[in-house]
Amino acid sequence: MARKNLQFIRKGRVVEVADVGPTTTLLDHLRLAEGSVGTKEGCNEGDCGACTVALGRVRGGRLAYEPVNACIQLLGMVDGAEVVTVEDLADGGTLHPVQRAMVDLHGSQCGFCTPGFVMSLFTLYQSDRAADRETVCDWIAGNLCRCTGYRPIVEAALASCAGAPADGFAARATEIAARLTALADGADVFVGDATRFFAAPSSLDALCRLLAEHPDATIVAGATDVGLWVTKQLRDLPKIVWLGRVAGLDAIEETETGIRIGATATYDAAAAAVAAIDPDLGTLWRRIGSKQVRVSGTVGGNIANGSPIGDTPPALIALGATLELRRGEMVRRFPLEDFFLAYGRQDRAPGEVVVAIEVPRLGPADLFRCYKISKRFDQDISAVMAAIRLTLDGDRIASACVAFGGMAGVPKRATAAEAVLAGAHLDDPALPRAVRVALAGDFQPLDDMRASAAYRLDVAGSLVEKALIEAAGTPTSATRVFGLREAAVAPAA
Amino acid sequence: MRPLPDPVDEAAAATPPLKVARRPAPHDSAAKHVAGAALYIDDVREPAGTLHVVPGYAKAARGKILSVDLAAVRAAPGVVALLTKDDVPGLNDVSPAHSHDEPVLADGVIRFHGQPVFAVVAETREAARRAARLGVIEVAEETPVVTIDEALASGRDDVLPPYQFVRGDVEADLAAAPAVVEGSIRIGGQEHFYLEGQVALATPGEGGEITVLTSTQHPTEVQHLVAQVLGLPAAYVVAEVRRMGGGFGGKESQATQWAALAALAAHVTGRPAKLRLDRDDDMMMTGKRHDFRIDWRAAVEPDGRLTAIAMDQYARCGHSRDLSLGICDRAMFHADNAYFLPVVRIASRRLRTDTVSNTAFRGFGGPQGVVGIERVMDAIAIATGRDPLDVRLANLYGAGRDVTPYGQTVEHNILPELIAELEVTSDYRARVAAIDAFNAGSRILKKGIALTPVKFGISFTLIHLNQAGALVHVYLDGSIHLNHGGTEMGQGLFVKVAQVVAEVFGVALDQVRVTATTTAKVPNTAPTAASSGTDLNGMAAKIAAETIRGRLAAFAAETWGGDPEAVRFEDGHVVAGNERRPFGEVARLANLARVSLSSSGFYATPKIHWDRANATGRPFLYFAYGAACSEVTIDTLTGEMRVDRVDVLHDCGASLNPAIDIGQIEGGFVQGMGWLTAEELVFDKAGRLRTHAPSTYKIPTATDVPADFRVALYEGGGNPEDTIFKSKAVGEPPLMLPVSVFSAITRALASLKPGVVPPLDAPATPEAIRRAVLAMTA
Repeated sequence: MARKNLQFIRKGRVVEVADVGPTTTLLDHLRLAEGSVGTKEGCNEGDCGACTVALGRVRGGRLAYEPVNACIQLLGMVDGAEVVTVEDLADGGTLHPVQRAMVDLHGSQCGFCTPGFVMSLFTLYQSDRAADRETVCDWIAGNLCRCTGYRPIVEAALASCAGAPADGFAARATEIAARLTALADGADVFVGDATRFFAAPSSLDALCRLLAEHPDATIVAGATDVGLWVTKQLRDLPKIVWLGRVAGLDAIEETETGIRIGATATYDAAAAAVAAIDPDLGTLWRRIGSKQVRVSGTVGGNIANGSPIGDTPPALIALGATLELRRGEMVRRFPLEDFFLAYGRQDRAPGEVVVAIEVPRLGPADLFRCYKISKRFDQDISAVMAAIRLTLDGDRIASACVAFGGMAGVPKRATAAEAVLAGAHLDDPALPRAVRVALAGDFQPLDDMRASAAYRLDVAGSLVEKALIEAAGTPTSATRVFGLREAAVAPAA
Repeated sequence: MRPLPDPVDEAAAATPPLKVARRPAPHDSAAKHVAGAALYIDDVREPAGTLHVVPGYAKAARGKILSVDLAAVRAAPGVVALLTKDDVPGLNDVSPAHSHDEPVLADGVIRFHGQPVFAVVAETREAARRAARLGVIEVAEETPVVTIDEALASGRDDVLPPYQFVRGDVEADLAAAPAVVEGSIRIGGQEHFYLEGQVALATPGEGGEITVLTSTQHPTEVQHLVAQVLGLPAAYVVAEVRRMGGGFGGKESQATQWAALAALAAHVTGRPAKLRLDRDDDMMMTGKRHDFRIDWRAAVEPDGRLTAIAMDQYARCGHSRDLSLGICDRAMFHADNAYFLPVVRIASRRLRTDTVSNTAFRGFGGPQGVVGIERVMDAIAIATGRDPLDVRLANLYGAGRDVTPYGQTVEHNILPELIAELEVTSDYRARVAAIDAFNAGSRILKKGIALTPVKFGISFTLIHLNQAGALVHVYLDGSIHLNHGGTEMGQGLFVKVAQVVAEVFGVALDQVRVTATTTAKVPNTAPTAASSGTDLNGMAAKIAAETIRGRLAAFAAETWGGDPEAVRFEDGHVVAGNERRPFGEVARLANLARVSLSSSGFYATPKIHWDRANATGRPFLYFAYGAACSEVTIDTLTGEMRVDRVDVLHDCGASLNPAIDIGQIEGGFVQGMGWLTAEELVFDKAGRLRTHAPSTYKIPTATDVPADFRVALYEGGGNPEDTIFKSKAVGEPPLMLPVSVFSAITRALASLKPGVVPPLDAPATPEAIRRAVLAMTA
């Protein structure tokens, strides 16, 4: 028996919502229905962070707060969570430590981005991460400020988020966790009717049954893309099936050959596991979206979405990943690269759902590199994304697997370049030039607002050249301005 | 620090030390900001029955409108009314220069992609958004003129006549010079990206009156243009703004259209109406920083000293004049930056394109002028083989070399000392040597460093704007109500002016209540722009407060004895004769004695004058100075760039509030760095802006700010002019400090091929840097 309403905790009380459209956003609910106007709309597309709020959920037995962009978070997605907004932080007349630090260190000017920063810092405050500068900058990369230049905000974070949390939220953590656990009824959620609904099945079987019944439904995982269909394109999506309650679908498991990432594992949850495969993956993961995007967005969604500029597919293709899909009782497994048929078209039938992605570990002779080129280091969409796996035999390249994003209508392997690389010696001075020539046969990239076709083709060659230079033993301190492997640290969790 | 005569200390010797001014008080709304309790217009509780307005536009960028079919819009759920040009009861124009070239709603012709043709008024914002997309507008499309080069090739009229500053016979000197260096640089525009988009809420009153809450830097202009659009006397319209969520110039003239549309909707429906632009609409429909091309030829001595220069500035103004006259003039006023140009011609073209009308943006043309001359300095250094800093030092204004191309003498030039100090504190020379050594041994990565100055003229060059009013009330409990014509957009104006008033009355800062800017209290104001907010409004408020203090002093002296001049206002008390009474008690007693506790104050900047026809005068009361030293590393394979370290030394005179001023410096630096390195406006051939949201238009994030970012206020400079407590304006000048980043990238590129000037244009995106690398290594 499905539950017919949404339930979440707000200001210490359980809120039940039964009368809500399938795509009503959390931000609209807060500002228009609840009248909590402290949370701002800056861009309505999850890029500026002014609408950041914290969601409390029980993770690994304890209460954890994560920052999300309320503008592209569907209200149904907060089912079972505690929703904390900027108005909730002060304890009576006493500002929260992160608020106090922002005031004392002059962290606000116009103030419009400030509630979002405060909420991001609040989640950092509650986390067990050491608040060093790099962590702070990463944590607030999804919050844009046009006034301060960030220095005082970073300092406010360093000053207030250093130790263990000691605020009212920390004091109530056990109680809130218990109440959230009590809310976790394991029920299927179905709000609406057969023509317009927000549904959140709680098991894979229930999901497959629901999709069999409604193959035209929009499947939503983190909504970091679907959210924009709603807010920007004003698309009417009458049937929403959210995967977030499907038990076990977010599992990340070590297997004999590598890792298996469940379809609804968020980027954030998968970060440590992929970084363990190669430090470049850790750097790449840290540059996907922002903290807000990474705690919502999923690896499965990044694949299923089929975008030509998703950052995970090129890397996963180069690693030789396998995709698992399910429709009804039928399960299919095939190489990830075969999933992307053409621009906007994937090998997925209506009602079929991505279940997991299996990523093999690198072999002892494998050398892996991946690079992302964008106008801005953080929270930008790639102009070109390159992933390169060379299987070496001494200084000879036995075989190569090279995949790119941003170079074609789909994430795509550079087969001609791979052929040139295979059998070549790393120190062959003619090799980079030969690769560039081959790439010109592999790809006819487009001009757009992110880069010209000429630059895309040129920099694709540069990235392979860089990989070859690094493969020959040059330290990345001499080849990169970002993401040094020698200094690589664990990616932001 | 150098032992220099210190005007601050001299002033301090004559008067007791300041107790509230010159302190790092937090922003007046800081505690509200962090709690989400600061109300922006969209947060104000809507009056019952408020309607929502969304503009609709055509797909074309240029051409005559053949038909407008709004049947589907009208039939859409929730739609209450539609607005077109025919609904405007007054004048369908919001041009700030009264040039009648900025219709509120299109008048039969599409002038740029995104130009509002109609507006939907609906019960909810979502209903209005959905309906606005249903309009069918047929246009006889013409090929739009989009770029500077297209505008030059088109042969069409510019939006404004050309203008120039000339001194001496430049062509003769260039022809006779032993060495001429020349070049051309393209400088991209910039989107303001204020976090709070354009918004206005209009509420109709009785008898045609209307009150508009408007997110504007220029409430007076909103008031007058709303009145003009509605065909009302200005006295029927009140424009009010408590705070903006950022402005940066983008809400100086271009907030007006949205206020006018909201007011028009309220006028037509008789109900309150709110218009808040979507981010994409905001970025498409409002102007940006002007992009420029600057062509230059310079005669140069072997020691790097420039003897003659011709500069041609081409500005992309968009479809209308807007504020382009002042902006392009200011680009010319700053074509010298800090350098003496003995023989000079600075020519300016104001080009018309079929794109959104470019507008004010922090620096108001000045930054483009500065980038131009700093490229000249870098090119001279490369051509002569001298260090760029030595070239800059050789060309600075100095004794006998102190008259600008527009005839103003540069007085009180502190740049030689300021640069000398920064050269030492940034360890410039040693780092140059280290970088040269690094580059010699590094194949892929190259480093560069640059130390560049800023000299920025303070005053509106439209002289009549240099005036301000304030209104101060003291209530019977001693609390003080402060109002002035300046607007708060985050820059800390309100706290600075409150500090001034608290200082005058000798009370604590929290005794002064700053209130929303409204045309009903202080009329006929200038925009809060040109860095002038504190200079002008601080002075006006000081005059108002001193008027009241004078009355209180006279009352106190009469009541308790002594000379009115000897009455002291300190620590919340008034001291007269042998009496020391709380300020509030004195206010109450003065009221009983029928003494007025309210006063306006008015200030007009002295000394300035400008004869534009003859290009001569003193347009600026003074100059603000600063310098920055930046070090970068570039990846020559990809064009990626990292800023490694920045040192800034900036002149705020005797800072009214060091915390606020440092915030302006850091924020201005990062904003300017974004402009020059990452923020790229991309228009397609059809004239459509392709970068109309933060997903595609990338302003800096925290990671882009170097961890090693050292900012200091220049000590002891004060301000020899009689400004508010000897402070200097700080809003815009720091935006030009990151020209040092651009120059450092140029130097890193120059290491690839000695003697060749890298063809680097702004913004220096990875693609632009890589393109320059390929050109250098071809």
